[in-house]
Amino acid sequence: MQTVRNSSKKGAGIKKFLYISPFMVLLAIFAYYPLYGWVYAFFDYMPPIPLSKSPFVGLMWFRSLVENQVKIDQILQVLKNTFGISGIAIAFSWLPMIFAIFLNEMRSVRYRKLIQTVTTLPNFISWVLTYSLAFSMFSSEGMLNSLLKILGYTGQPVLFLQSSSHVWIVMWAWMTWKALGWSAIMYIAAMSGIDESLYEAARVDGATRMQVIRHITIPSLLPTYFVLLMLQIASFLNNGMEQYYVFQNAFNKDTIQVLDLYVFNLATLGGSYSLSVAISMLKSIVSVALLFIVNGMSKLFRGESIV
Amino acid sequence: MSNIVTAAGHNTHKIKIQISASDKTINVITYVIFTLFAIICVYPFYYVIINTLSANDISAKGEVIFYPIGMHLQNYKDVFKIPGLWNATLISVGRTVIGTLLTVVSSALLGFMFTQQDMWGRKFWYRFTIITMYFNAGIIPWYLTMNNLHLTNNFLAYVLPTIVSPFFIILVKTFVESTPKELQQAAEIDGAGVMTFFWSIMLPIIQPILATVAIFAAVGQWNSFQDTLILVTDSKLYSLQFILYQYINQASSLASMMNLQNTGSMAMQSLAKQQTTTSVRMTVTVIVVAPILLIYPIFQRFFVKGIMIGAVKG
Repeated sequence: MQTVRNSSKKGAGIKKFLYISPFMVLLAIFAYYPLYGWVYAFFDYMPPIPLSKSPFVGLMWFRSLVENQVKIDQILQVLKNTFGISGIAIAFSWLPMIFAIFLNEMRSVRYRKLIQTVTTLPNFISWVLTYSLAFSMFSSEGMLNSLLKILGYTGQPVLFLQSSSHVWIVMWAWMTWKALGWSAIMYIAAMSGIDESLYEAARVDGATRMQVIRHITIPSLLPTYFVLLMLQIASFLNNGMEQYYVFQNAFNKDTIQVLDLYVFNLATLGGSYSLSVAISMLKSIVSVALLFIVNGMSKLFRGESIV
Repeated sequence: MSNIVTAAGHNTHKIKIQISASDKTINVITYVIFTLFAIICVYPFYYVIINTLSANDISAKGEVIFYPIGMHLQNYKDVFKIPGLWNATLISVGRTVIGTLLTVVSSALLGFMFTQQDMWGRKFWYRFTIITMYFNAGIIPWYLTMNNLHLTNNFLAYVLPTIVSPFFIILVKTFVESTPKELQQAAEIDGAGVMTFFWSIMLPIIQPILATVAIFAAVGQWNSFQDTLILVTDSKLYSLQFILYQYINQASSLASMMNLQNTGSMAMQSLAKQQTTTSVRMTVTVIVVAPILLIYPIFQRFFVKGIMIGAVKG
């Protein structure tokens, strides 16, 4: 009797697995199989010659990254851009928290909701659309230049988008325009969980609003901030390429190329597939290592892992 | 400076009304900054929309800034004469509908199945799924392997890779875990199999979270640009986002082509209705952003709930 029940239970367990198995196959194909693409880093792959006929070159591409001075300079510049843009983003990572806190301070609930709705909208449009809006506003015939003309400015139109200066800050500004309202939602959710009696006690003690924010709201939000900051640090190298791809042009190319865009340009414009894969591979490994380090630190200091 | 008064007995509502001068300053600054930022967030959308409705010759000079001048709808009649735009719309709508459907079904099923303690290898498969959020091979290895699978220049490359999405699975799983366990026990006693239970009892219960998943998935599909850029060279498979990107760079030739077509088919267009680089680019922009703007007020209330559930770790 016991064995019958056990085996039927096991049968049910396997049946349940069978239902999800097609999806596990999909996952294996689209999440794990691309890792196989890393083998291209060890060959001299030149499409359309297939991999099987490409010569095996061992670590040549990895060595070329540190041996060739031109390449070294190029990669240093790319790393500088990556670190610069990610660094600025991390330096301002407290902004969504402050945004949420002061939004919550607004007395009029209706106005607060309106602001929240409106500022979240840009998060839901693509980078291509963002670029199209940016083009409409800031190109030589765009809104800002005609506004300048109306205000009496008579010089050459200002080429905001073709400028090669302040590219990192400008990219950060677009990121913020798109994501600030959205990122604040996490903190707004966290704020609704703060114990109301803390606030009441503070008010009875005669605390001002700024004191309440400083001594109650911010400390209550810090754990959330910490987790998000750690995740942001872990993805330091992963800027993504879409934003930089759409905003890149001949003028800002040097300062806008982050790692993700660089490997793409290397392969699609330069045809250096193998080198590009080698860099991608290093990037992925460093990223996973970063995640482990950050997670370990979180365990050490907070006794809680973040992933 | 602070003059918060402790209320005397019966007069309790007075406590919170007292506001110090510094509080007032903070209030004013808060309102001003938020209002400014809100304007910065919506104005670009407004600017593009009023320009597509204005007389094209005035709009091209950049003189339409606050409200439409010389309203007309000719731009929207002309825009679909751009070769490939209809096709791209079809591709974008197609991938959004099919991709979203498949993603919702898979998220619902996997999110539910991962709560089944007796599933064979449950822990392993759950980790196998979730871990994929934290690494990826890179764009070029992705392209090379997809090429090996003949998924370049293939519509399937738009929908298949996004079907299994760990984040959505966590959302559904968390939601299922919050429902009473007795439901399934009772159903099993009544002789219902696991799939019967899933379809007829669990699915209706988890509808709210599936709505959230559907919206996120649909927005993701609609906005997707990178996969076309990397995997597609066949212009029949271009999505709207991709075509918009191309138009930003080559709108001038399209404008003259559309004007030629117009003069061929009807009387000379007035200058106000003739297509310009600006009008073409902006009209296409509005077409691409319109679905997001239209559904945004509806889905806006879902995502707050969604992200709050997502904040609870899976």
